[in-house]
Amino acid sequence: MPDFCGIELTHPVINASGTYDAIAARRVFGDDLLAEFPFSAFVSKTITPEPRAGNVPRRIWETPAGMINSIGLPNKGLEGFLAGDLPQLAELPVPLIVSVMATNREDFSRMVRGVAERDEVAAIELNVSCPNVHSGLIVGEQPSETEALLETLRPLTEKPLIVKLTPNVANPEAVAVAAEEGGADAVSLINTLKASAIDPATGEPAIAAGHGGLSGPAVRPVALQQLRAVRAAVELPLIGMGGISSAADAAGFLAAGAALVAVGTESFRDPRAGSRIANGLESDASLRSPRVGALHLD
Amino acid sequence: MSAPFGRRLCEVAENKVSGGYRIFSLRDREGPAPEPGQFYMLASERSWGEGGGRPYLPRAISVAETAPAKEGVRLDFLVESVGPGTDRLCELEPGERVWVTGPLGNSFSTPKQVNPDAAGAILVGGGIGIAPMAIWRRHLVDKGIPLRVLLGFRNEAHSGGLDELFCSGDSLCPDVRLASEDGHAGHQGYVTDLLATMLAGDDAETAVVYSCGPPAMLEAVRALCAESGVACELAMESPMACGFGACFGCAVAKPDGGYMRLCVDGPVVRGDTVLEVAHA
Repeated sequence: MPDFCGIELTHPVINASGTYDAIAARRVFGDDLLAEFPFSAFVSKTITPEPRAGNVPRRIWETPAGMINSIGLPNKGLEGFLAGDLPQLAELPVPLIVSVMATNREDFSRMVRGVAERDEVAAIELNVSCPNVHSGLIVGEQPSETEALLETLRPLTEKPLIVKLTPNVANPEAVAVAAEEGGADAVSLINTLKASAIDPATGEPAIAAGHGGLSGPAVRPVALQQLRAVRAAVELPLIGMGGISSAADAAGFLAAGAALVAVGTESFRDPRAGSRIANGLESDASLRSPRVGALHLD
Repeated sequence: MSAPFGRRLCEVAENKVSGGYRIFSLRDREGPAPEPGQFYMLASERSWGEGGGRPYLPRAISVAETAPAKEGVRLDFLVESVGPGTDRLCELEPGERVWVTGPLGNSFSTPKQVNPDAAGAILVGGGIGIAPMAIWRRHLVDKGIPLRVLLGFRNEAHSGGLDELFCSGDSLCPDVRLASEDGHAGHQGYVTDLLATMLAGDDAETAVVYSCGPPAMLEAVRALCAESGVACELAMESPMACGFGACFGCAVAKPDGGYMRLCVDGPVVRGDTVLEVAHA
Protein backbone atom coordinates (compact mmCIF):
# COMPACT_ATOMS: atom_id res chain seq x y z
CA MET A 1 0.00 0.00 0.00
CA PRO A 2 1.94 3.05 -1.17
CA ASP A 3 1.69 6.14 0.99
CA PHE A 4 2.19 9.15 -1.22
CA CYS A 5 2.52 12.47 0.63
CA GLY A 6 0.18 11.11 3.29
CA ILE A 7 -2.37 9.81 0.78
CA GLU A 8 -2.94 6.08 1.01
CA LEU A 9 -3.12 4.41 -2.39
CA THR A 10 -3.98 0.81 -3.20
CA HIS A 11 -1.24 0.47 -5.83
CA PRO A 12 1.44 2.65 -7.41
CA VAL A 13 -0.21 3.30 -10.80
CA ILE A 14 -2.03 6.58 -11.52
CA ASN A 15 -2.89 8.38 -14.77
CA ALA A 16 -0.97 11.17 -16.44
CA SER A 17 -2.88 14.44 -16.49
CA GLY A 18 -4.83 15.01 -19.69
CA THR A 19 -4.89 11.41 -20.82
CA TYR A 20 -8.09 10.12 -19.25
CA ASP A 21 -11.46 11.85 -19.02
CA ALA A 22 -13.15 9.79 -16.32
CA ILE A 23 -16.49 11.56 -16.89
CA ALA A 24 -16.56 10.75 -20.61
CA ALA A 25 -15.24 7.23 -19.96
CA ARG A 26 -18.09 6.60 -17.52
CA ARG A 27 -20.60 7.66 -20.20
CA VAL A 28 -18.99 5.21 -22.64
CA PHE A 29 -18.33 2.22 -20.37
CA GLY A 30 -20.90 2.70 -17.62
CA ASP A 31 -20.35 2.11 -13.92
CA ASP A 32 -17.96 -0.80 -14.58
CA LEU A 33 -15.44 2.03 -14.84
CA LEU A 34 -15.96 2.78 -11.13
CA ALA A 35 -16.05 -0.86 -10.05
CA GLU A 36 -12.75 -1.57 -11.79
CA PHE A 37 -11.14 1.85 -11.83
CA PRO A 38 -7.73 1.46 -13.46
CA PHE A 39 -5.81 3.96 -11.33
CA SER A 40 -5.11 4.30 -7.59
CA ALA A 41 -5.56 8.08 -7.82
CA PHE A 42 -7.09 10.17 -10.57
CA VAL A 43 -5.33 13.22 -11.99
CA SER A 44 -7.66 15.66 -13.75
CA LYS A 45 -7.00 17.38 -17.03
CA THR A 46 -5.32 20.73 -16.46
CA ILE A 47 -7.75 23.43 -15.35
CA THR A 48 -7.10 27.08 -16.27
CA PRO A 49 -8.66 30.22 -14.74
CA GLU A 50 -10.98 30.80 -17.71
CA PRO A 51 -12.62 28.28 -20.06
CA ARG A 52 -10.61 27.20 -23.10
CA ALA A 53 -11.94 25.63 -26.30
CA GLY A 54 -8.63 24.00 -27.17
CA ASN A 55 -6.60 24.19 -30.35
CA VAL A 56 -7.77 24.14 -33.95
CA PRO A 57 -7.49 20.59 -35.37
CA ARG A 58 -5.49 18.75 -36.51
CA ARG A 59 -4.45 17.95 -32.96
CA ILE A 60 -2.84 14.49 -33.03
CA TRP A 61 -0.47 12.55 -35.28
CA GLU A 62 0.78 8.98 -34.95
CA THR A 63 4.55 8.58 -34.94
CA PRO A 64 6.80 5.52 -34.61
CA ALA A 65 5.93 4.04 -31.20
CA GLY A 66 4.10 7.14 -30.11
CA MET A 67 2.12 10.20 -31.04
CA ILE A 68 2.37 13.97 -31.14
CA ASN A 69 -0.44 16.01 -29.64
CA SER A 70 -1.30 19.65 -29.37
CA ILE A 71 -4.70 19.68 -27.73
CA GLY A 72 -4.55 23.13 -26.16
CA LEU A 73 -5.94 22.38 -22.70
CA PRO A 74 -9.69 22.51 -23.42
CA ASN A 75 -11.45 22.87 -20.07
CA LYS A 76 -14.37 24.60 -18.41
CA GLY A 77 -12.28 27.05 -16.41
CA LEU A 78 -12.01 27.10 -12.62
CA GLU A 79 -15.65 27.96 -11.90
CA GLY A 80 -17.01 25.51 -14.46
CA PHE A 81 -14.73 22.77 -13.15
CA LEU A 82 -15.69 23.29 -9.52
CA ALA A 83 -19.40 23.42 -10.29
CA GLY A 84 -19.64 20.88 -13.11
CA ASP A 85 -16.79 18.39 -13.11
CA LEU A 86 -15.63 18.15 -9.49
CA PRO A 87 -18.86 16.64 -8.11
CA GLN A 88 -18.68 13.94 -10.80
CA LEU A 89 -14.99 13.26 -10.23
CA ALA A 90 -15.71 12.99 -6.50
CA GLU A 91 -17.74 9.85 -7.30
CA LEU A 92 -14.58 8.06 -8.41
CA PRO A 93 -13.44 5.45 -5.86
CA VAL A 94 -9.92 6.92 -5.60
CA PRO A 95 -8.26 10.13 -4.32
CA LEU A 96 -8.42 13.07 -6.69
CA ILE A 97 -5.44 15.15 -7.81
CA VAL A 98 -6.36 18.32 -9.69
CA SER A 99 -3.95 19.76 -12.25
CA VAL A 100 -3.94 23.56 -12.52
CA MET A 101 -2.21 26.12 -14.71
CA ALA A 102 -2.18 29.91 -14.95
CA THR A 103 -0.01 32.52 -16.62
CA ASN A 104 0.71 34.71 -13.60
CA ARG A 105 1.15 34.17 -9.87
CA GLU A 106 -2.09 35.93 -8.92
CA ASP A 107 -4.15 33.62 -11.11
CA PHE A 108 -2.14 30.59 -10.02
CA SER A 109 -2.90 31.55 -6.40
CA ARG A 110 -6.61 31.85 -7.19
CA MET A 111 -6.53 28.39 -8.80
CA VAL A 112 -4.75 26.75 -5.87
CA ARG A 113 -7.02 28.42 -3.29
CA GLY A 114 -10.18 27.54 -5.20
CA VAL A 115 -9.22 23.91 -5.66
CA ALA A 116 -7.53 23.31 -2.29
CA GLU A 117 -10.53 24.41 -0.23
CA ARG A 118 -12.63 21.60 -1.68
CA ASP A 119 -12.64 18.46 0.47
CA GLU A 120 -12.93 16.27 -2.63
CA VAL A 121 -9.39 17.26 -3.66
CA ALA A 122 -6.50 15.28 -2.14
CA ALA A 123 -3.59 17.02 -3.88
CA ILE A 124 -2.80 19.62 -6.52
CA GLU A 125 -0.49 19.22 -9.49
CA LEU A 126 1.03 22.42 -10.87
CA ASN A 127 1.37 22.42 -14.65
CA VAL A 128 4.27 24.82 -15.08
CA SER A 129 4.78 24.23 -18.82
CA CYS A 130 3.32 27.66 -19.49
CA PRO A 131 4.66 31.19 -19.81
CA ASN A 132 4.57 33.74 -17.03
CA VAL A 133 2.96 36.64 -18.93
CA HIS A 134 4.98 39.16 -16.92
CA SER A 135 8.41 37.70 -17.63
CA GLY A 136 7.58 35.91 -20.88
CA LEU A 137 9.53 32.91 -19.60
CA ILE A 138 8.17 29.39 -19.39
CA VAL A 139 7.94 28.88 -15.63
CA GLY A 140 9.00 25.25 -15.65
CA GLU A 141 12.05 25.99 -17.78
CA GLN A 142 13.49 28.40 -15.20
CA PRO A 143 14.55 27.32 -11.72
CA SER A 144 14.09 30.86 -10.40
CA GLU A 145 10.55 31.18 -11.81
CA THR A 146 9.63 27.76 -10.44
CA GLU A 147 10.96 28.51 -6.97
CA ALA A 148 9.23 31.92 -6.85
CA LEU A 149 5.93 30.35 -7.91
CA LEU A 150 6.18 27.69 -5.19
CA GLU A 151 7.02 30.31 -2.59
CA THR A 152 3.82 32.13 -3.57
CA LEU A 153 1.63 29.02 -3.55
CA ARG A 154 3.08 27.05 -0.64
CA PRO A 155 1.48 29.15 2.12
CA LEU A 156 -1.97 28.80 0.53
CA THR A 157 -2.61 25.15 1.35
CA GLU A 158 -1.39 22.25 3.40
CA LYS A 159 -2.45 19.84 0.68
CA PRO A 160 0.37 18.26 -1.30
CA LEU A 161 1.67 20.36 -4.19
CA ILE A 162 3.14 18.33 -7.04
CA VAL A 163 5.24 20.09 -9.69
CA LYS A 164 5.00 18.59 -13.18
CA LEU A 165 8.37 19.05 -14.83
CA THR A 166 8.88 19.77 -18.49
CA PRO A 167 11.50 17.64 -20.23
CA ASN A 168 12.31 20.42 -22.69
CA VAL A 169 15.25 21.79 -20.69
CA ALA A 170 18.93 20.93 -20.46
CA ASN A 171 18.81 20.25 -16.71
CA PRO A 172 15.44 19.18 -15.35
CA GLU A 173 17.14 18.40 -12.03
CA ALA A 174 17.85 22.11 -11.49
CA VAL A 175 14.12 22.85 -11.79
CA ALA A 176 13.33 19.95 -9.46
CA VAL A 177 15.75 21.34 -6.87
CA ALA A 178 14.07 24.75 -7.19
CA ALA A 179 10.66 23.15 -6.67
CA GLU A 180 11.94 21.37 -3.59
CA GLU A 181 13.44 24.55 -2.17
CA GLY A 182 10.22 26.39 -2.87
CA GLY A 183 8.31 23.90 -0.76
CA ALA A 184 6.86 21.39 -3.23
CA ASP A 185 5.82 18.01 -1.81
CA ALA A 186 6.53 15.96 -4.91
CA VAL A 187 7.65 16.17 -8.51
CA SER A 188 6.14 14.42 -11.51
CA LEU A 189 7.95 13.85 -14.78
CA ILE A 190 8.07 13.86 -17.72
CA ASN A 191 5.64 16.02 -19.63
CA THR A 192 5.69 15.57 -23.42
CA LEU A 193 8.76 16.31 -25.51
CA LYS A 194 8.47 19.16 -28.00
CA ALA A 195 8.08 17.55 -31.42
CA SER A 196 6.98 18.08 -35.02
CA ALA A 197 5.91 16.00 -37.98
CA ILE A 198 5.34 16.93 -41.60
CA ASP A 199 2.24 15.56 -43.31
CA PRO A 200 3.61 13.85 -46.43
CA ALA A 201 0.37 14.60 -48.28
CA THR A 202 0.73 18.37 -47.92
CA GLY A 203 4.34 19.08 -47.00
CA GLU A 204 2.95 21.16 -44.13
CA PRO A 205 3.24 20.57 -40.37
CA ALA A 206 0.97 17.67 -39.47
CA ILE A 207 -0.22 19.39 -36.30
CA ALA A 208 -2.20 22.56 -36.98
CA ALA A 209 -0.41 24.40 -34.18
CA GLY A 210 2.88 23.66 -35.95
CA HIS A 211 4.32 21.52 -33.21
CA GLY A 212 3.15 19.50 -30.25
CA GLY A 213 4.31 17.11 -27.58
CA LEU A 214 5.62 13.59 -28.19
CA SER A 215 4.44 10.76 -25.94
CA GLY A 216 4.34 6.97 -25.99
CA PRO A 217 7.08 4.33 -25.83
CA ALA A 218 9.30 6.49 -28.06
CA VAL A 219 10.00 8.81 -25.10
CA ARG A 220 10.54 6.14 -22.44
CA PRO A 221 14.35 6.08 -22.42
CA VAL A 222 14.44 9.89 -22.21
CA ALA A 223 11.96 9.83 -19.35
CA LEU A 224 13.96 7.22 -17.45
CA GLN A 225 17.17 9.21 -17.73
CA GLN A 226 15.47 12.42 -16.54
CA LEU A 227 13.92 10.48 -13.67
CA ARG A 228 17.34 9.17 -12.65
CA ALA A 229 18.87 12.64 -12.85
CA VAL A 230 16.10 14.17 -10.72
CA ARG A 231 16.21 11.24 -8.31
CA ALA A 232 19.86 11.97 -7.66
CA ALA A 233 19.18 15.67 -7.08
CA VAL A 234 16.18 15.83 -4.72
CA GLU A 235 14.72 14.00 -1.73
CA LEU A 236 11.09 14.52 -2.82
CA PRO A 237 8.90 11.60 -3.84
CA LEU A 238 8.70 11.32 -7.64
CA ILE A 239 5.91 10.33 -10.00
CA GLY A 240 7.56 8.79 -13.04
CA MET A 241 5.95 8.67 -16.45
CA GLY A 242 6.78 8.62 -20.12
CA GLY A 243 5.78 5.78 -22.42
CA ILE A 244 4.98 3.23 -19.71
CA SER A 245 3.04 0.46 -21.48
CA SER A 246 3.63 -2.65 -19.38
CA ALA A 247 4.29 -3.79 -15.83
CA ALA A 248 7.92 -4.32 -16.78
CA ASP A 249 8.18 -0.72 -17.94
CA ALA A 250 6.60 0.46 -14.67
CA ALA A 251 8.98 -1.71 -12.67
CA GLY A 252 11.88 0.02 -14.38
CA PHE A 253 10.62 3.46 -13.34
CA LEU A 254 10.04 2.25 -9.77
CA ALA A 255 13.53 0.73 -9.68
CA ALA A 256 14.95 4.05 -10.88
CA GLY A 257 13.42 5.79 -7.90
CA ALA A 258 9.82 6.68 -8.66
CA ALA A 259 7.37 6.39 -5.77
CA LEU A 260 4.45 6.17 -8.22
CA VAL A 261 4.19 5.72 -11.95
CA ALA A 262 1.67 7.33 -14.28
CA VAL A 263 0.20 5.85 -17.45
CA GLY A 264 -0.84 8.16 -20.25
CA THR A 265 -0.77 7.31 -23.93
CA GLU A 266 -1.08 3.57 -23.29
CA SER A 267 -4.58 4.18 -21.92
CA PHE A 268 -5.61 5.37 -25.40
CA ARG A 269 -4.75 1.89 -26.71
CA ASP A 270 -6.10 0.02 -23.71
CA PRO A 271 -8.66 1.77 -21.48
CA ARG A 272 -7.72 -0.58 -18.63
CA ALA A 273 -3.95 -0.31 -19.06
CA GLY A 274 -3.63 1.08 -15.52
CA SER A 275 -5.14 -2.05 -13.98
CA ARG A 276 -3.18 -4.34 -16.27
CA ILE A 277 0.07 -2.70 -15.21
CA ALA A 278 -0.84 -2.58 -11.50
CA ASN A 279 -1.89 -6.24 -11.55
CA GLY A 280 1.29 -7.17 -13.36
CA LEU A 281 3.40 -5.43 -10.73
CA GLU A 282 1.44 -7.20 -8.00
CA SER A 283 1.52 -10.70 -9.49
CA ASP A 284 5.02 -10.87 -10.94
CA ALA A 285 7.46 -11.11 -8.04
CA SER A 286 10.42 -10.66 -10.34
CA LEU A 287 9.18 -7.17 -11.18
CA ARG A 288 9.00 -6.18 -7.51
CA SER A 289 12.63 -7.02 -6.84
CA PRO A 290 14.50 -6.67 -10.09
CA ARG A 291 17.88 -8.34 -10.22
CA VAL A 292 20.25 -5.46 -9.82
CA GLY A 293 22.94 -5.54 -12.42
CA ALA A 294 21.32 -8.29 -14.46
CA LEU A 295 22.04 -7.92 -18.13
CA HIS A 296 19.07 -8.44 -20.41
CA LEU A 297 19.80 -9.04 -24.04
CA ASP A 298 16.69 -9.60 -26.09
CA MET B 1 -26.14 -0.02 -23.70
CA SER B 2 -22.58 0.64 -22.54
CA ALA B 3 -19.61 -0.86 -24.26
CA PRO B 4 -17.79 -3.47 -22.13
CA PHE B 5 -15.11 -1.65 -20.10
CA GLY B 6 -11.74 -2.06 -21.76
CA ARG B 7 -10.48 -3.84 -24.82
CA ARG B 8 -10.97 -7.51 -25.54
CA LEU B 9 -9.58 -10.04 -27.98
CA CYS B 10 -11.90 -11.17 -30.78
CA GLU B 11 -11.08 -13.86 -33.28
CA VAL B 12 -11.05 -13.17 -37.00
CA ALA B 13 -13.67 -15.39 -38.63
CA GLU B 14 -13.08 -14.39 -42.22
CA ASN B 15 -11.21 -11.87 -44.35
CA LYS B 16 -11.89 -11.62 -48.06
CA VAL B 17 -11.33 -9.38 -51.04
CA SER B 18 -14.23 -7.20 -52.06
CA GLY B 19 -13.27 -5.19 -55.15
CA GLY B 20 -10.50 -2.82 -54.12
CA TYR B 21 -11.42 -3.24 -50.45
CA ARG B 22 -11.49 -6.09 -47.97
CA ILE B 23 -14.23 -7.24 -45.62
CA PHE B 24 -13.24 -9.01 -42.45
CA SER B 25 -15.44 -10.47 -39.74
CA LEU B 26 -14.76 -10.76 -36.03
CA ARG B 27 -16.48 -13.00 -33.49
CA ASP B 28 -17.37 -10.83 -30.51
CA ARG B 29 -18.51 -12.94 -27.55
CA GLU B 30 -18.80 -10.09 -25.05
CA GLY B 31 -20.10 -6.93 -26.62
CA PRO B 32 -23.68 -5.93 -27.38
CA ALA B 33 -24.82 -5.75 -31.01
CA PRO B 34 -23.73 -2.37 -32.40
CA GLU B 35 -26.18 0.28 -33.56
CA PRO B 36 -25.85 1.67 -37.09
CA GLY B 37 -23.20 4.39 -37.16
CA GLN B 38 -21.22 3.09 -34.20
CA PHE B 39 -17.55 2.21 -34.48
CA TYR B 40 -14.86 0.13 -32.82
CA MET B 41 -11.21 0.75 -32.02
CA LEU B 42 -9.27 -2.11 -33.62
CA ALA B 43 -5.65 -3.27 -33.38
CA SER B 44 -4.28 -6.67 -34.25
CA GLU B 45 -2.95 -8.70 -31.32
CA ARG B 46 0.30 -9.40 -33.17
CA SER B 47 2.47 -7.04 -35.18
CA TRP B 48 0.89 -3.84 -33.95
CA GLY B 49 3.57 -1.58 -32.53
CA GLU B 50 5.29 -4.35 -30.58
CA GLY B 51 8.71 -3.89 -32.08
CA GLY B 52 8.26 -0.12 -32.10
CA GLY B 53 7.24 1.72 -35.19
CA ARG B 54 3.79 1.89 -36.63
CA PRO B 55 0.95 1.14 -36.46
CA TYR B 56 0.89 2.17 -32.83
CA LEU B 57 -2.58 3.52 -32.03
CA PRO B 58 -5.73 1.46 -32.62
CA ARG B 59 -7.82 2.44 -35.64
CA ALA B 60 -11.41 3.67 -35.46
CA ILE B 61 -13.49 1.64 -37.93
CA SER B 62 -17.27 1.89 -38.43
CA VAL B 63 -19.15 -1.36 -38.36
CA ALA B 64 -20.59 -2.31 -41.77
CA GLU B 65 -22.88 -5.14 -40.69
CA THR B 66 -23.60 -7.36 -37.73
CA ALA B 67 -25.53 -10.55 -37.13
CA PRO B 68 -26.14 -12.84 -34.17
CA ALA B 69 -23.53 -15.59 -33.98
CA LYS B 70 -23.46 -18.88 -32.11
CA GLU B 71 -21.89 -17.02 -29.21
CA GLY B 72 -22.28 -13.23 -29.18
CA VAL B 73 -22.30 -11.31 -32.42
CA ARG B 74 -20.45 -11.24 -35.73
CA LEU B 75 -18.98 -7.87 -36.66
CA ASP B 76 -18.18 -7.04 -40.30
CA PHE B 77 -15.77 -4.26 -41.21
CA LEU B 78 -15.03 -2.83 -44.66
CA VAL B 79 -11.46 -1.58 -44.94
CA GLU B 80 -9.18 -0.13 -47.59
CA SER B 81 -5.44 -0.33 -47.28
CA VAL B 82 -4.34 3.31 -46.97
CA GLY B 83 -1.60 3.25 -44.31
CA PRO B 84 0.18 1.08 -41.77
CA GLY B 85 -2.90 0.43 -39.61
CA THR B 86 -5.33 -0.44 -42.39
CA ASP B 87 -2.56 -2.38 -44.18
CA ARG B 88 -2.29 -4.61 -41.12
CA LEU B 89 -6.07 -4.98 -40.77
CA CYS B 90 -6.30 -6.00 -44.44
CA GLU B 91 -3.76 -8.78 -43.76
CA LEU B 92 -5.69 -10.34 -40.85
CA GLU B 93 -5.75 -14.11 -41.05
CA PRO B 94 -8.71 -16.18 -39.93
CA GLY B 95 -8.02 -17.47 -36.42
CA GLU B 96 -5.79 -14.62 -35.33
CA ARG B 97 -7.09 -12.15 -32.81
CA VAL B 98 -7.82 -8.44 -32.74
CA TRP B 99 -8.02 -6.08 -29.77
CA VAL B 100 -11.49 -4.56 -29.84
CA THR B 101 -12.93 -1.67 -27.84
CA GLY B 102 -16.57 -0.84 -28.44
CA PRO B 103 -19.17 -0.40 -29.74
CA LEU B 104 -18.39 3.29 -29.37
CA GLY B 105 -20.09 6.54 -30.25
CA ASN B 106 -23.69 7.36 -31.08
CA SER B 107 -25.86 6.05 -33.89
CA PHE B 108 -28.20 7.30 -36.61
CA SER B 109 -31.63 8.65 -35.69
CA THR B 110 -34.70 7.45 -37.57
CA PRO B 111 -36.16 9.92 -40.09
CA LYS B 112 -39.09 10.69 -37.78
CA GLN B 113 -36.74 11.34 -34.87
CA VAL B 114 -34.99 13.94 -37.02
CA ASN B 115 -38.13 15.39 -38.56
CA PRO B 116 -41.63 14.31 -37.43
CA ASP B 117 -42.95 14.95 -40.96
CA ALA B 118 -40.31 12.84 -42.65
CA ALA B 119 -41.53 10.12 -44.97
CA GLY B 120 -38.30 8.47 -46.03
CA ALA B 121 -34.53 8.38 -46.09
CA ILE B 122 -31.81 9.09 -48.63
CA LEU B 123 -28.49 7.39 -47.85
CA VAL B 124 -25.37 8.78 -49.49
CA GLY B 125 -22.15 6.83 -49.20
CA GLY B 126 -18.77 7.50 -50.76
CA GLY B 127 -15.85 5.12 -51.02
CA ILE B 128 -15.10 3.23 -47.84
CA GLY B 129 -17.81 5.38 -46.22
CA ILE B 130 -20.46 3.09 -47.67
CA ALA B 131 -19.83 0.82 -44.65
CA PRO B 132 -22.16 2.41 -42.08
CA MET B 133 -24.74 3.00 -44.83
CA ALA B 134 -25.02 -0.78 -45.22
CA ILE B 135 -26.03 -1.56 -41.63
CA TRP B 136 -28.28 1.52 -41.53
CA ARG B 137 -29.95 0.55 -44.80
CA ARG B 138 -30.82 -2.89 -43.40
CA HIS B 139 -32.29 -1.37 -40.22
CA LEU B 140 -34.42 1.04 -42.26
CA VAL B 141 -35.63 -1.74 -44.55
CA ASP B 142 -36.53 -3.82 -41.48
CA LYS B 143 -38.53 -0.88 -40.15
CA GLY B 144 -40.34 -0.54 -43.49
CA ILE B 145 -39.10 3.00 -44.05
CA PRO B 146 -38.93 4.04 -47.74
CA LEU B 147 -35.41 4.79 -48.85
CA ARG B 148 -33.02 5.47 -51.69
CA VAL B 149 -29.33 4.65 -51.49
CA LEU B 150 -26.75 6.59 -53.51
CA LEU B 151 -23.22 5.21 -53.54
CA GLY B 152 -20.21 6.77 -55.21
CA PHE B 153 -16.66 5.72 -55.92
CA ARG B 154 -13.59 7.42 -57.33
CA ASN B 155 -12.70 4.56 -59.69
CA GLU B 156 -12.78 0.79 -59.92
CA ALA B 157 -9.61 0.34 -57.86
CA HIS B 158 -11.11 2.40 -55.06
CA SER B 159 -14.43 0.63 -54.82
CA GLY B 160 -15.85 -2.48 -53.28
CA GLY B 161 -18.25 -3.90 -50.76
CA LEU B 162 -21.28 -3.87 -53.06
CA ASP B 163 -21.65 -7.64 -53.52
CA GLU B 164 -21.51 -8.32 -49.79
CA LEU B 165 -23.35 -5.30 -48.44
CA PHE B 166 -25.78 -3.95 -51.05
CA CYS B 167 -26.87 -6.92 -53.15
CA SER B 168 -29.70 -9.37 -52.87
CA GLY B 169 -28.86 -12.54 -54.72
CA ASP B 170 -26.71 -11.64 -57.71
CA SER B 171 -28.04 -8.17 -58.32
CA LEU B 172 -27.73 -4.78 -56.73
CA CYS B 173 -30.61 -3.97 -54.36
CA PRO B 174 -33.28 -2.08 -56.32
CA ASP B 175 -33.09 0.99 -54.07
CA VAL B 176 -29.35 1.50 -54.79
CA ARG B 177 -27.99 3.92 -57.43
CA LEU B 178 -24.30 4.15 -58.27
CA ALA B 179 -22.00 6.91 -59.39
CA SER B 180 -18.31 6.77 -60.25
CA GLU B 181 -15.90 9.47 -61.24
CA ASP B 182 -14.33 7.26 -63.91
CA GLY B 183 -17.69 6.03 -65.17
CA HIS B 184 -16.99 2.35 -64.51
CA ALA B 185 -20.32 1.98 -62.73
CA GLY B 186 -23.53 4.01 -62.82
CA HIS B 187 -23.62 7.76 -63.34
CA GLN B 188 -20.27 9.20 -64.41
CA GLY B 189 -19.56 11.93 -61.90
CA TYR B 190 -20.08 12.59 -58.25
CA VAL B 191 -22.61 10.81 -56.07
CA THR B 192 -23.66 14.29 -54.94
CA ASP B 193 -24.87 14.91 -58.54
CA LEU B 194 -27.46 12.19 -57.88
CA LEU B 195 -28.32 13.73 -54.52
CA ALA B 196 -28.75 17.19 -56.07
CA THR B 197 -31.23 15.75 -58.58
CA MET B 198 -33.22 14.04 -55.85
CA LEU B 199 -33.24 17.14 -53.65
CA ALA B 200 -34.60 19.16 -56.61
CA GLY B 201 -37.73 17.00 -56.55
CA ASP B 202 -41.05 18.28 -55.22
CA ASP B 203 -41.17 16.07 -52.15
CA ALA B 204 -37.51 16.39 -51.16
CA GLU B 205 -38.35 18.07 -47.87
CA THR B 206 -40.02 14.90 -46.65
CA ALA B 207 -36.69 13.09 -46.72
CA VAL B 208 -33.86 12.91 -44.22
CA VAL B 209 -30.37 12.46 -45.66
CA TYR B 210 -27.77 10.22 -44.03
CA SER B 211 -24.22 10.26 -45.29
CA CYS B 212 -20.73 8.92 -44.78
CA GLY B 213 -17.73 9.38 -47.03
CA PRO B 214 -14.65 11.46 -47.69
CA PRO B 215 -14.68 14.95 -46.10
CA ALA B 216 -15.10 16.84 -49.39
CA MET B 217 -18.14 14.70 -50.26
CA LEU B 218 -19.63 15.11 -46.77
CA GLU B 219 -19.21 18.86 -47.00
CA ALA B 220 -20.98 18.84 -50.40
CA VAL B 221 -23.81 16.79 -48.89
CA ARG B 222 -24.07 19.11 -45.91
CA ALA B 223 -24.15 22.21 -48.14
CA LEU B 224 -26.71 20.70 -50.56
CA CYS B 225 -29.01 19.74 -47.68
CA ALA B 226 -28.63 23.16 -46.06
CA GLU B 227 -29.58 24.86 -49.35
CA SER B 228 -32.57 22.57 -49.80
CA GLY B 229 -33.77 22.81 -46.21
CA VAL B 230 -33.42 19.05 -45.80
CA ALA B 231 -32.18 17.66 -42.50
CA CYS B 232 -29.12 15.45 -42.62
CA GLU B 233 -27.02 13.28 -40.36
CA LEU B 234 -23.35 12.85 -41.21
CA ALA B 235 -21.15 10.02 -39.96
CA MET B 236 -17.82 11.80 -39.72
CA GLU B 237 -14.20 10.85 -39.25
CA SER B 238 -11.49 12.65 -37.34
CA PRO B 239 -8.04 11.65 -36.11
CA MET B 240 -8.73 9.62 -32.99
CA ALA B 241 -6.29 7.95 -30.59
CA CYS B 242 -8.63 6.43 -28.01
CA GLY B 243 -12.33 6.41 -29.03
CA PHE B 244 -13.64 7.04 -25.50
CA GLY B 245 -13.13 10.74 -24.84
CA ALA B 246 -9.65 10.55 -23.35
CA CYS B 247 -7.32 12.03 -25.95
CA PHE B 248 -9.29 15.08 -27.17
CA GLY B 249 -7.74 14.58 -30.61
CA CYS B 250 -10.94 14.21 -32.63
CA ALA B 251 -12.10 17.80 -32.27
CA VAL B 252 -14.72 19.06 -34.77
CA ALA B 253 -15.67 22.75 -34.80
CA LYS B 254 -19.23 23.68 -33.77
CA PRO B 255 -21.11 26.59 -35.38
CA ASP B 256 -21.42 28.45 -32.06
CA GLY B 257 -17.69 28.22 -31.33
CA GLY B 258 -15.75 25.58 -29.54
CA TYR B 259 -15.34 21.96 -30.46
CA MET B 260 -17.07 18.65 -30.01
CA ARG B 261 -15.22 15.37 -29.49
CA LEU B 262 -16.33 13.20 -32.37
CA CYS B 263 -15.82 9.94 -30.44
CA VAL B 264 -18.28 10.75 -27.66
CA ASP B 265 -20.44 13.47 -29.28
CA GLY B 266 -20.51 11.64 -32.65
CA PRO B 267 -19.51 10.09 -34.95
CA VAL B 268 -23.03 10.83 -36.23
CA VAL B 269 -23.73 14.55 -36.16
CA ARG B 270 -26.61 16.65 -37.48
CA GLY B 271 -25.52 18.69 -40.49
CA ASP B 272 -26.59 21.90 -38.79
CA THR B 273 -24.43 21.22 -35.72
CA VAL B 274 -21.11 21.35 -37.56
CA LEU B 275 -19.59 24.51 -38.94
CA GLU B 276 -18.46 22.75 -42.08
CA VAL B 277 -16.77 19.47 -42.81
CA ALA B 278 -13.10 20.42 -42.92
CA HIS B 279 -11.43 19.10 -46.04
CA ALA B 280 -8.26 19.74 -47.96
